[in-house]
Amino acid sequence: MTPPSDLRVPDQTSPDPTRGLSRGGRGGRGDQLFRGVALVAGLLVLAILVLIVWSMFDKGRDAIRVSGITFVTGDVWDPPTNTYGALAFIYGTLLSSFIALILAVPVSIGIALFTIETVPRRLRRPVVSVIDLLAAVPSVVYGLWGILVFAPAVQGFYQNIADTVGTWPGFSAVFGGNASGTSFMTAGIILALMMTPIVTSLSREVINTVPSAQREAAYGMGATRWEVIRHAVLPWSRGGIVGAVMLGLGRALGETIAVALVIGSTAQITSHIFLPGYSIAAVIANEFGESSGTEQSALIAMGLLLFAITILVNVAARSIVARFDLRAQGA
Amino acid sequence: MLTPRREGDDVERLLSVTVSRGRRFRNRLAGIWMYASFVIVTVPLVIVIAYVVSKGIGVINGAWFTQKIFVLDTQKGGGMAPAIVGTLVITFWATMLSVPLGVLAAIYLHEYGKRGRLARLIRFMSDVMTGVPSIIMGLFIFIVFTVPLGAKGLIGFGGSLALACLMLPIVIRSSEEMLRLVPDDLRQASYALGNRKWRTIMTVVLPAALGGMVSGIMLAVARAAGETAPLLFTIGAARRINWNVFEGPNTALPLQIWNNSQSAFHPAQDRAWGAALTLVAIVFVLTLVARIISSRFSLKHD
Repeated sequence: MTPPSDLRVPDQTSPDPTRGLSRGGRGGRGDQLFRGVALVAGLLVLAILVLIVWSMFDKGRDAIRVSGITFVTGDVWDPPTNTYGALAFIYGTLLSSFIALILAVPVSIGIALFTIETVPRRLRRPVVSVIDLLAAVPSVVYGLWGILVFAPAVQGFYQNIADTVGTWPGFSAVFGGNASGTSFMTAGIILALMMTPIVTSLSREVINTVPSAQREAAYGMGATRWEVIRHAVLPWSRGGIVGAVMLGLGRALGETIAVALVIGSTAQITSHIFLPGYSIAAVIANEFGESSGTEQSALIAMGLLLFAITILVNVAARSIVARFDLRAQGA
Repeated sequence: MLTPRREGDDVERLLSVTVSRGRRFRNRLAGIWMYASFVIVTVPLVIVIAYVVSKGIGVINGAWFTQKIFVLDTQKGGGMAPAIVGTLVITFWATMLSVPLGVLAAIYLHEYGKRGRLARLIRFMSDVMTGVPSIIMGLFIFIVFTVPLGAKGLIGFGGSLALACLMLPIVIRSSEEMLRLVPDDLRQASYALGNRKWRTIMTVVLPAALGGMVSGIMLAVARAAGETAPLLFTIGAARRINWNVFEGPNTALPLQIWNNSQSAFHPAQDRAWGAALTLVAIVFVLTLVARIISSRFSLKHD
């Protein structure tokens, strides 16, 4: 039964202040003006995104026309002959991010579980602060440490792996050969360091939404801590953790400066992870300043490609995380 | 009988009695994995910071904060004043641009748009925008701002614009979170006094959310101050102090780290470490102050 109209509870939580006030006069106009200004500020986000696509497409068109489909299928990048094939850069971007993913995901989920399931409540804040500190260090500082300290120091270690693991059948294609300090692997390690705080903090939030009743029920049936995590916590938060990992991946794909310093700046497609490579963002950072004409256009077109990849990854990740949010709130 | 001392002891002893060896072993293993994950990440953080401090502290003295940057990679000494000033003024203008716009957008999302279709779209796209690589923002500003201005285009303000694009979505999302924390009772009380909506927002809602907003904004500033890629093609190169972002090329600490770290000569590498220490100090102080403000703010609401 619906109540009489004058008794119906309004949908909003607060009364609409414009109802019952005069529409005319200065006050009403002030309200409309303020709403308008706020709306314009909100629309700015959409405007910037559209403008990025339009402006980069406008400047990158030349190179796409010159190269056609070989822009993404060709692996020869030679500005003097007007040959622009970006495949080696795309490959480097994907491979270094993939290495980072493999290294960072188990560690990040481990830390997230550590903070929520293991650490005593009063130590939780310090642990979270350490991870936040990791995120606060600028990427160029990781790059500086990577190129001057880590890459020279790790080369011998890589060579040892290449000489032992690299000789095993089936492993030589990935680990074998000569090892270089600046390589796909070094870029992957530095990226993993930068990815970890993002994946950790988002996974932590997701795991936090697991109802404690679910946990306590499992403990009550005599489950060990691991069994609680395995059967009560992880199934609930799997979707959200996947979203968190994809957001981390988006960050790794677009990371520029740290990768440019440690990846070795050599455009090549190889399965050997201890060899130097190149990435889209890194080649833009290194070459754009001295470029002009079609080469500059090609670098911008590559930027547009990177933009498209990261936007796709982010849209997918955000959709997953948002759906998870709704489920957690609705439950 | 068990004599309970601590909760943990109790559980451990119960487990050893009731749980099979295999299950206990897997539980142990999972514990080691979680603990080791934390250690694995803490060690490189400590090492990086230790290197930055120990290598950077050597070049920092009085001249560091007052002198211009030497041209030659092989020349010892000189200062970093132009980059420190550049980082401060460029980040300042980026904040001046992104904070008012970001807070207004957050007000639209939470006070007007709420769960409407447009507001949901803007909210989603600003989340997506936080994932746009910083170098793309640099390219974008280069195309729409630096190139049209021609020879006068390489100025600090171009860098401010690029950083503002990066900060905008962060400011929007953190500000909206804070607006959400403001209790609806406050708005209703203000309406009951006859205030219009815009007055309610300006005089009641915003002051109530201010503490949390400031901390979110400072985290955004800290992130922007450490960005290199948006400045690469937009601010030019300078070796003298330039306080004016609207005229003449500029420089910044991240750019100095980027350039000097690729040099083969020790004096330049030392400058990179010094600039890194200065930058990390600035970023950590901003982060720390933001954390203090936000912990004060959340205490008030508990």
